[in-house]
Amino acid sequence: MSPENPHGGSQRAPRKGFSRRTFIEGVGIGAGAVGALGAAESARADQHEVVGPAAVPITLNINGTSHKLSVEPRVTLVDALRNMLDHTGAKKVCDRATCGACTVIVDGSPVYSCTMLAIEAQGRRIETVEGISSDDAMHPVQTQFVKYDAQQCGFCTPGLVMAGKAIVDRNPRASMAEIESGLCGNICRCGTYVGVRKAVYAAAGGRA
Amino acid sequence: MATIYDWPASADRSLIGKRHIRVDGPDKARGVAKYSYDRNLDGMLYALLVTSGTSHGRIIGIDTSAAEKVPGYKGHVNILNVGDEVQWVGTEILAICADTEEHARDAEAAVSVHFEKLPHWVKDEDVKKAGEANRVAPAKDDTKGPDLDAAWKSADAVVEGYYGLPMITHCCLEPHGQVVHWTDDEITVYASTQAVARIPADLAKGLSRDESIGTIDAEKIHVITPYMGGGFGSKFNIDTWGIACAKLSKQTGRPVKLMLDRDEELMVAGSRPSDFGNIKVGAKKDGTLVAYESETWSTGGVAGRGSPPVPYVYNNEDRLAQKARHLNVSTNIGPARAWRAPNHPQAAVLTMCPMEDLAAKLDMDPVEFFKKNADLTARPEVYRYEIDKCAEMIGWKDNWHKRGDSGPGPVKRGLGLSLHTWGGRPHDSTCEVRIQPDGGVSVNLASQDLGVGTYTTLAVVAAETLGLQIPDIKVNIGSSRLPISGASGGSTTVGGTSASTRRATVNALEDLKGVVAESLGVEAADLVAKEGKVFSKSDSSKSLSWTDACKKLGNRTITGQGKQPDRNGGKLNDSGVGGVQMADVSVDVETGVVTINKVAAVQDVGLVVCLEQCESQVYGSLIQGVGWALYEETVYDQATGTMLNPDMEFYKLAGAADIGELEVHMVQNKYDDRGVIGIGEPPAISPGAAISNAVANAIGVRVPTLPLTPDRVLAALANA
Amino acid sequence: MQNFQYFAPTDALVAAQALSPEPGTTAVLAGGTDLVSLLKQRVETPTRVVSLRNISALRGISKKGGGLRIGAMATVEELLDSKAAAPYKSLVQAAQGISAPQVRAMGTVVGDLLQRPRCWYFRNGHGLLAMHEGQPLVPKGENRYHAILGNKGPAYFVSASSFAPALVSLGARVTVAGPDGEREIPVENLYRIPSSEAERETTLAGNEIVTEISVPGLSGMRTATYEVRQRQLLDWPLATASVALRVRGGKVSDARVVLGHVAPIPWRSSEAETALKGKAATEGTGEAAGKAAVSAATPLSQNQAKVQLATVAVKRAVAMAA
Repeated sequence: MSPENPHGGSQRAPRKGFSRRTFIEGVGIGAGAVGALGAAESARADQHEVVGPAAVPITLNINGTSHKLSVEPRVTLVDALRNMLDHTGAKKVCDRATCGACTVIVDGSPVYSCTMLAIEAQGRRIETVEGISSDDAMHPVQTQFVKYDAQQCGFCTPGLVMAGKAIVDRNPRASMAEIESGLCGNICRCGTYVGVRKAVYAAAGGRA
Repeated sequence: MATIYDWPASADRSLIGKRHIRVDGPDKARGVAKYSYDRNLDGMLYALLVTSGTSHGRIIGIDTSAAEKVPGYKGHVNILNVGDEVQWVGTEILAICADTEEHARDAEAAVSVHFEKLPHWVKDEDVKKAGEANRVAPAKDDTKGPDLDAAWKSADAVVEGYYGLPMITHCCLEPHGQVVHWTDDEITVYASTQAVARIPADLAKGLSRDESIGTIDAEKIHVITPYMGGGFGSKFNIDTWGIACAKLSKQTGRPVKLMLDRDEELMVAGSRPSDFGNIKVGAKKDGTLVAYESETWSTGGVAGRGSPPVPYVYNNEDRLAQKARHLNVSTNIGPARAWRAPNHPQAAVLTMCPMEDLAAKLDMDPVEFFKKNADLTARPEVYRYEIDKCAEMIGWKDNWHKRGDSGPGPVKRGLGLSLHTWGGRPHDSTCEVRIQPDGGVSVNLASQDLGVGTYTTLAVVAAETLGLQIPDIKVNIGSSRLPISGASGGSTTVGGTSASTRRATVNALEDLKGVVAESLGVEAADLVAKEGKVFSKSDSSKSLSWTDACKKLGNRTITGQGKQPDRNGGKLNDSGVGGVQMADVSVDVETGVVTINKVAAVQDVGLVVCLEQCESQVYGSLIQGVGWALYEETVYDQATGTMLNPDMEFYKLAGAADIGELEVHMVQNKYDDRGVIGIGEPPAISPGAAISNAVANAIGVRVPTLPLTPDRVLAALANA
Repeated sequence: MQNFQYFAPTDALVAAQALSPEPGTTAVLAGGTDLVSLLKQRVETPTRVVSLRNISALRGISKKGGGLRIGAMATVEELLDSKAAAPYKSLVQAAQGISAPQVRAMGTVVGDLLQRPRCWYFRNGHGLLAMHEGQPLVPKGENRYHAILGNKGPAYFVSASSFAPALVSLGARVTVAGPDGEREIPVENLYRIPSSEAERETTLAGNEIVTEISVPGLSGMRTATYEVRQRQLLDWPLATASVALRVRGGKVSDARVVLGHVAPIPWRSSEAETALKGKAATEGTGEAAGKAAVSAATPLSQNQAKVQLATVAVKRAVAMAA
């Protein structure tokens, strides 16, 4: 939605109005600046160089397994998971840190994987919905989701399961009020919240 | 012997009408259910749409030269061409693909499209202004029933008011789109669709319009949709993006994924028309409704839309004098698509709200008023029963008060109700049930599960018929190669598919009984399949386990066919239901914030197949209803013609903590003889009207239009 | 999203040196909850993104002197979990208003201060001042969420920060690191009402990084934040008020009242403060303060309700603090 277009129109995609493509390559950084780092820092300088825009090799720790991949700095965690690693449990819905369908747990906290760059997820413990159950047994939150029919089309379900797991991880005896507040970052369109609330409550040892 | 197809008598049902685990629940909870968006095929390319940023204009230039130089670019196809007119922001212009999603975005951004601008109009609520902009089509009066003038003269109380609700959008969480793989042998389409069986012909037709492609045999197209992430009426067709995606796959020789971005999904892939209107209703002192007159207007995009069915539910043409006029407003907004119970939610607001206002003017309890006039509806008995039941659930007697909560403090509480109806005539369906010599049973039909529980209902029908359990049945749906079944829309699926499945299963069982009868030396008619066995009714010693019975087939697989409709196929389904909903709300009159305390729903759907999933549909309807009653509206800017909230941040849906307590009662064992009737639409109709009525009851004044946002509530209070 | 270079140094000075002084050409990444969306929307198109994640000096929330230090990488979740922050009720209440656990876990307090406006014209590419064909879009357009104060133009958006009103009312300061060193400024001075599209809503240069927030000790101040929000779900407030009151002998001796989501900046209301001074902190005086706070309000065509909402927010914040 380009605000000003000399041709009297615009196509929607390139929102070009505000790009200021006048950046000077190499501002302030390079060998000299890195050299200014302390000795201890410079030993790790390879991790602290300017990288990209070309693809960069990174390692992600997902569900306890290391995955090596090559990503442009702009690639989000959800796109890396879905497009590169075929971990399609996390869904891309709003793609703007609002709906929670892409929720994964990073270092113990629920995050929107649509809004974390994959390159920033390095060195962190990433749990996805695929990683919380085994072939034999589902995670208690998943078991209760099934029991309380907390799903219809199911597209929001993996995100809600991960939000639910984060709630019970943090407080295994979470109250209904805590559960409702812990679900405030996830949106379901079919309207499964009645089952979801009961399911997470049951997983927290409550009786729905 | 048609009766063999009838549903088992109540006492003989071990599965039908009971609570069951959703068959596809574990795969969804585990995150392993593969939706169209989740397909990652070898060598797959990522495609995106380039859409119009102009709300009305003629394309004078499309320049893809820069895009073609973007690293990873693999191809593009035009959907529109120079000279074509676009009539809303977001109109699909071309599809472009690349090796990665990021490169596809670079390519999309590098396309330039230029327009000659034409005048646009995106506003519908102010019909006078729309008229001045020449956007209102002339209308005719539709008059029915007794003489209107006489009816108005006989009325002791009359209410005239303005009511309405804006356009909302489907916002399916899985956007519209598909992955297409075009090979010499087959065009495989993983489509997010409500109409698996219909898509091949739709795509073939769309492709054939392109002379360079020529005629495509629909049989070459295979649609695969085991799971889909929400449709609500918006996903019946292949759409321009599906055709473009197929062309890109043909052009590149590789599988191509094209799923709409969220803003596109909200702008062009589905919306529910608005409705606004000046309504006049009148009644006698004793509460008898005598006349209803309306002038309504609405938009569903450039083509406008038809008139809402008002007066709604209370519409007996012999007793109620009625006059309706509908004005069609043409707007440069992405066209409306069917939304659960098309036109009914709007009609409910335009009828139940003025009726509640009239009850207040008559100083009558609305429950009494709505019951008193039940004879004006098509099913008085159903509604009277349901109103009483629902009133009990919401605590109407204890919690209702006359209009305006006179209690202390800024938070006021109120109750309101609404009634609804829906047809839901079962769609056509064919089903093939197979019984294998190893005892395996499969149900096969080209239906789809939108999240409503189709897998589960069909497993229940087959298992009940064969005396087996749900896990014994494999339900194969979601492929266009299976026997043809209807599109899932209008609450037609469960009625159609349960009937075809019942008949196919009965036929397969009859076949099996013939084989078993010979082996046990009894008459086939003497055999019954129950509790995992096939046995003689007259001699219980003559019995085989299900597995042993099937072994008697040798190498033969039984196939039973069933269809809907089937004149000799028993009484399995029906259409036409009624439901009642009541809401209990709190309104902070200082901030205008409305919160839901409770919503109760009573719903008749004939014979319930799966109680749990049926209730889930109703809960879902209530939750969606809280959304559009309190939060949802598409906001368009007249100066630019653009939608300002094509996102999930300012297009506001309800969350888990926003919905209060919900209680659902399915009417069972009362109308079971009618057979199975769909549940998707009916409960989605009333929430807006019931919640609006509850707010009016709480604060003493009507908030004329939904959603009931703080600014609207405060304005209504200020104008009181 | 336009592609970019990525740099994650371990030192704030090095980070600042890697940034361009012109805002927009480079960007600072902390929690990312706002920046990543802006990048996808192409509202921001930096060619280099400098991440603060490896700078350990920016982490943590702790007591400092008699007050509180909030590092630039401290998240909303950390603030809610922090014992040191617990006495600062207005801050905790502001944090509670950010209801999504995912945003709490990712988003930083400083990031909240520096997030770009949520104005839907801005987010849809019409610029901070929302101009179209030489005309401002907001006054005659869809302005239900826009400013009622400080809205004489050309800016009509509202500051989106949850924490800024509370921090301004607490007299907090931020430390700003630039390529040549550090400076400290009151949170209040972080913000400005831009007078042209070339200006941003903050006073920071493109190569300046907020490294920490310093909140002075409460020394008996009573504080509260009240947000008027429609949904429990993650939602933007319609109006908020943060107050810090000192009460002596039953009377308000000092008051700071700051409104949020009503103006392009966190709106400190001297009128409301004057209305409270020397009075008992009650709902009644709170209401008078609320009315004083909006006495100069100039609502636009669709946001009249915000005048009332701001009044109520002040009234309730005062009642909560008292």
